[in-house]
Amino acid sequence: MGKLTLEELRKLRESTRREIEKRETTDKSVQVLVGMGTCGIAAGARDTLQAFVEEIEKTGLKDIVLKPTGCMGSCYAEPTVEISMPEMPTILYCKVTPEVVRKIVDSHIVHKQLVNEHVLDKPAADILH
Amino acid sequence: MAYRAYVLVCGGTGCESDHASEIYENINKELIAKDLKNEVQVVKTGCFGFCEHGPIVKVLPDETFYVNVKPEDAAVIVNEHLLKGRPVTRLLYDQSQSKKNAKIEDIQFYQKQFRIVLRNCGVINPEDVNEYIARDGYSALEKVLFQMKPDDVINELKASGLRGRGGAGFPTWRKWTFSKGVQEDVKYVVCNADEGDPGAYMDRATIEGDPHSVLEAMTICGYTVGSNQGYIYIRAEYPLAIRRLEIAIGQAHEMGLLGKDILGSGFDFDIEIRLGAGAFVCGEETALLASIEGNRGMPRPRPPFPAVKGLWGKPTVINNVETWASIPIIITRGGKWFASIGTEKSPGTKVFALTGKINNSGLIEVPMGTTLRDVIFDIGGGIRNNRKFKAAQTGGPSGGVIPADYLDTPIDYESLGKLGSIMGSGGLIVMDEDDCMIDIAKFYLQFSVDESCGKCSPCRIGGKQLLEILDRISQGKGEMVDLDKIEEIGLAMQKASLCGLGQNAANPVLSTLRYFKQEYLEHIQEKKCHSGSCSGLLNFLIDPDKCIGCGLCALKCPANCISGEKRKPYTINQLECIKCGNCFTVCKFSAVLKQ
Repeated sequence: MGKLTLEELRKLRESTRREIEKRETTDKSVQVLVGMGTCGIAAGARDTLQAFVEEIEKTGLKDIVLKPTGCMGSCYAEPTVEISMPEMPTILYCKVTPEVVRKIVDSHIVHKQLVNEHVLDKPAADILH
Repeated sequence: MAYRAYVLVCGGTGCESDHASEIYENINKELIAKDLKNEVQVVKTGCFGFCEHGPIVKVLPDETFYVNVKPEDAAVIVNEHLLKGRPVTRLLYDQSQSKKNAKIEDIQFYQKQFRIVLRNCGVINPEDVNEYIARDGYSALEKVLFQMKPDDVINELKASGLRGRGGAGFPTWRKWTFSKGVQEDVKYVVCNADEGDPGAYMDRATIEGDPHSVLEAMTICGYTVGSNQGYIYIRAEYPLAIRRLEIAIGQAHEMGLLGKDILGSGFDFDIEIRLGAGAFVCGEETALLASIEGNRGMPRPRPPFPAVKGLWGKPTVINNVETWASIPIIITRGGKWFASIGTEKSPGTKVFALTGKINNSGLIEVPMGTTLRDVIFDIGGGIRNNRKFKAAQTGGPSGGVIPADYLDTPIDYESLGKLGSIMGSGGLIVMDEDDCMIDIAKFYLQFSVDESCGKCSPCRIGGKQLLEILDRISQGKGEMVDLDKIEEIGLAMQKASLCGLGQNAANPVLSTLRYFKQEYLEHIQEKKCHSGSCSGLLNFLIDPDKCIGCGLCALKCPANCISGEKRKPYTINQLECIKCGNCFTVCKFSAVLKQ
């Protein structure tokens, strides 16, 4: 790499900052849990997780913590993904393929609309209010 | 490359010496084997500070904090945690509360800490300038070069109230102002990384974990005072810190953050490393400068101060590593912000190396004004083996002891000075009831006597005389008049020595005498050492009931003072015994008693 000018330093800082920000978890409101038990992995949870990484990168969303977690108990419906975020009920999605990941990121996280056909579980209506 | 998880492996000297490199390599190998290399990044960082429980491995974004990790644990961390998302319970710090205590903020060790100097330690890869830049690195330099005049920088430092972290606490802005005020074409900027106190490693860890912060601060200083050349004086015993500095200087050069025309501003600045051979006195600024010049490391009288007449007779700003590392963040966040932390007269934070009889030894950073009790009992986790706290030693061989009555003293320059100790560079050694204060004083004084350069007589002769008196006392040959002599010689050394080494060498003796006079009296009048540390005051006896008459002790006795017949109890001739303790060590039947 050649010598930097002021402009280049600022650009470099912007681009590297995003990478390092992902290591921080505080002040992030959206939490995405991907079930990575043996059942989940067998059903393709690793592709699901990778799809989330790519999708978050592509959309430039900053406010998200992505975590792998153990089996959530619904092995018949793997891969499962739980999303909790402000202004939305905590939702457990099932059969989340990379294709579904893109839908979830776009409609659930960005536009706050449920992806109904993949909702496995959600809090009862009375809990919501 | 987008990663979903990060594994931070501690790369500080403590963890490195406990196979952290192997852990790093094993995790990498395991990730490749499991085809996770594109999803997980492994980063070797600087010291996390929790050295007691190293090697440390932290997994992000879950913030799982693994302690005492071994190279063979790499496989289970990768398979269980990174692949399946199940934290490895047995490697967590507090296994009983695994769910709650998996996170770093939940560990009490970190709760009262406030990290400014160590802000990047354990977060970034110190060998990659991009990670430093990502954490606002070099934004202070950018601000200084393009938006601030030299006077603005000094005003910001003045507002921050930053004082020299090497121990003396001289206001940094004044040092810079002196240098700036001198009309000279050539000026120098020096970083004092000659950390020599026994048990202190704050500066080493700072450089190992965040070398660019020092480089950036020195460049800022160069611009402010009108210097184009900096030197980092670091001891050769710090190979890892030196390597990371070399890498950092190389990367900064390549990117134009050092060298000619920095960031196109027209300002030139360069930094070179000078290795010290490990003489304690070279931590004293004038001796350090003499050493850089290639001369024997000996102090000279001040004034003139180095800020006016330093390296090769030119104005030289010399600051300690921790002072340097505080500066970039003062520039970016403002002096006022910094001044709001800590106490009025001692703003900011201080890094301490906690060692001695304490549960969580390690590297900590707390706001000034935190009490010793908080540091020792909350952060440090209290005294080992549930023993009672006796005293804490600050400032290494130049400091003094602080007894239990003063545990609630806030840590700042003035309070510690009033107690007869000094802030020092940040070594904090904890002692329990089993420690003999005369023995402790002797240890530190011996260190200062060994390290005295010999130039001025109060230090050279006074130190030696004090040590001889202490030696006598510890052997039970002390007299009451010795106590007066200690004070007399000690005060003379404080007043008449040329540099800080001599002026402070008597501190450990004077402060132990001040707070633990009873213990001195016991040694002198009763010829007793309750802790059993002073072997000269012990008597070795053979218990006739336990002795089987094997004769091993007599064989190993260098003074030939143990006699007896085979298969009958042996006896020790007390008049000839030199109290070496050999008989005690070799006896297989615990028949030798120490009294």
